[in-house]
Formats: sequence, structure tokens, C-alpha cells
Amino acid sequence: MVSEALKRLWHKLGSPRWFFALTTPWVTGLGCAALILLLWGTVWGLAFAPADYQQGNSFRIMYVHVPAAMLAQSLYIGMGVAGFVGLVWRMKLADVAISASLPLGMLVTALALFSGSVWGAPTWGSWWEWDGRTVSTLVLFFLYVGIFALREAILDSTLRARASALIAMVGTINIPIIKYSVEWWNTLHQPASFSLTEKPAMPSEMWLPLLVMALGFYCFAAFVVLLRMRAEILQREMHARWVMQWITERRVA
Amino acid sequence: MNPKRKQRLYLTVFLFLVAGGVTALLIQISGENMNMFYPPKDVVSGNAPVGERLRAGGMVMDGSVIRSTQNLGVTFVLTDHQGAEFSVRYTGILPDLFREGQGILVEGQLNNDGVLEATEVLAKHDENYMPPELMELQTAEQQQTPEPVMSAYPSSSMPLPQSSSDDS
Repeated sequence: MVSEALKRLWHKLGSPRWFFALTTPWVTGLGCAALILLLWGTVWGLAFAPADYQQGNSFRIMYVHVPAAMLAQSLYIGMGVAGFVGLVWRMKLADVAISASLPLGMLVTALALFSGSVWGAPTWGSWWEWDGRTVSTLVLFFLYVGIFALREAILDSTLRARASALIAMVGTINIPIIKYSVEWWNTLHQPASFSLTEKPAMPSEMWLPLLVMALGFYCFAAFVVLLRMRAEILQREMHARWVMQWITERRVA
Repeated sequence: MNPKRKQRLYLTVFLFLVAGGVTALLIQISGENMNMFYPPKDVVSGNAPVGERLRAGGMVMDGSVIRSTQNLGVTFVLTDHQGAEFSVRYTGILPDLFREGQGILVEGQLNNDGVLEATEVLAKHDENYMPPELMELQTAEQQQTPEPVMSAYPSSSMPLPQSSSDDS
């Protein structure tokens, strides 16, 4: 029963039109949630969370740095999964998802690197050091840039989809390297403060704002990626009857 | 699943496994080179090259920081709290987090006496964050029960606020 339902959902995912109709009511909700969570988390984290005993106020960069780094990796994993689906099932939506997540992924990776640098300057005493964590994150950034450049360079849409799907999928190998770099090697970067099995290495008045910020980042990402996917679906299906219909309906309303 | 799709699935998974395997091997080969710094144990045992630029790390030993009265010169001892320790000589500005008990990275050259002439000093902080009031509370508790609550390096005790006599 469940497998039947899943199978039907899987087949429906092959239809951009179905996806478009499904996600129409989500966009506004995600946008509002992102706005509220980000505002709430920023004010809470920057103004009300207590300062750190050791780093003072500079530890607050964490409230941008950690969600940005989490999102940078999550978006890449999403692209890798989409790449795998695109390679095996040749699903149109998979390529749409990759092209929609790329620019945001590139930006948040840049943000993670930049905020890390700003954090490193006062605490480590250096803007940049070549340790396992920083280098693997830089590689992640170059992967994003590489796929972006590749997509701009290839004109044939089938080839473009296949090439970017392949790099996106193979590039996910870098994600566990980023994650475990601080455990496998001696690094300047500290190990993770959070894990699924242990309680956080900070009190709740410090990590709750971080949780709100992380949720805000994820809602924002979902919002942006959905908007971009929907725009791209409309563009690709420009001549389909349902698109015409959707446009006329909107004009009337 | 139709046979053609199945074939693509196998090919894709195969490709992924090969790429993953190659990466794992490359990392395995790189081994020690992936480490950012030598721990005190390696510096003492001679695994760290003498006369070459290198990075080493450890905890600043309590009471080992001696500052020059004329210039920014400072010497201190880095230890792993497990018996291995070496001296560092440095002239320059220390990072804000430099203090006794703190994890520190130094970059420079080892001389023949086993002293590291540092050109750069970096502070390493751990993954624990805490408001100052809570920290004081915990330090007070810790003095009653000498069990370490948290540590950046194995078997290191927490930097006690009153022990940081070097920031005057």
C-alpha cells in the first residue's frame, strides 16, 4: 500500500506541471516563516544571548556562520541527490532543482567562508589558515563555481543537464570530508559543538537562538529554491497549454 | 524498472563508488600531510624536522609565560599535559585568546636546542561556549570536585580565570 503510494508520487514528480500546482500554496508560507525566524533569531542571538566567557561578543558570528555552513552543505547534498535522480531516471525536475539551488549554494558557501574569516581574525589571530576544515569548504565553493561555469558554457540542454548532474553527484564525496575533517586531522578549526547523540556544548540560551537562525536559513533556502524552480518550470514549459491557462487566470484575478 | 534504466543505475552507482574509493585512497596516502600541525609528542621525539618551517600546537603550560620587559618578546612552554613539552620563543602581538592553559598553534622553525622560534602564534579555541557567570559557577564547583568538565585536548584542565596572570 505504502509502496504503491510512493510509486505514484515518484511518477507524479516526473511532471513539472504537477510540481508547480503542488507548491503554489507553499511559497508565501515559507517566505513569511523565513522572514520571521531570521528577524527573531538575529535579534535574539545578537542582542539577548549571553556573551561567551572566553571570546566575548565575537562568538556571536556563530549565529551567521554555523547556519550558513550547514546550508551550504545541505544544498549541495540536495544537488547531489537531484543529480543522481537526473542521471538514472532522466527526470526534468532534477535538472531544474540543480539549476535553482546553484546560485544560493554558491552564495551561502561564500558567506560561510567570509564569516569564518571574520571570526578567525580576532579569535585565532588570522584571517585564513590552510587546515582541513577551511580547505574542504573552499573545495565545496569551487565545486559550486565549477558547476555554475559549466552550465553557462554548455549550450546543449541535455548535455548540460548530464554534465552538471554528474559533477553534483560525485562532488558529494566532499561533504563527509568537510564533516569529519576536524576529527581525522589536527586542525585549527574546533570540532563540532552539536551532534545528534550528545547534548550541545553550550547552554540553551546560546543554542536556542542558533536553532531559530538555522530554521530561518532553511526556510529562506526552501523559499528561494522553490521560487527559482517555479520560474524555470514556467520558462521551460512556456508553450504548454497549462502555462497559458495559469497566466490568463492570474490576469483575471 | 526497465532494463535500460537499471543499467544506468548500476553505471551511476559504480561511477560514484570508484570516485569515492579514489578519494579515500588519496586521503589515506596523504596521511600525515593532512595534519595542520605537529603535537608536542612529535616535536620532542624528533619527528618534526629541525630548521624547516613548520607548525606545532599544544596547551600553554601554567606559569611558563615569561614576557620581556624591553620589547614584545615572550617565551612560553607548550605541553600536551602528558609529559611532552617544548619551549617557544616569539616576538610580536599575541592573539586575544592567548593565555595559560589555552590551546595554541605556533608557526616557525625548530632550532638545534629544541626551541621553536615562532614567527606566528594562533589561538585555538574549543567547541564549548558559556556565559561568564556560568563559567565562574562551574569553576567554583570544579575546585570542590577536581573532575574536568570539558577540555579541548585530552586530559587538559580548564583555564582558570585567576591563573591568567599574563594578561596584565
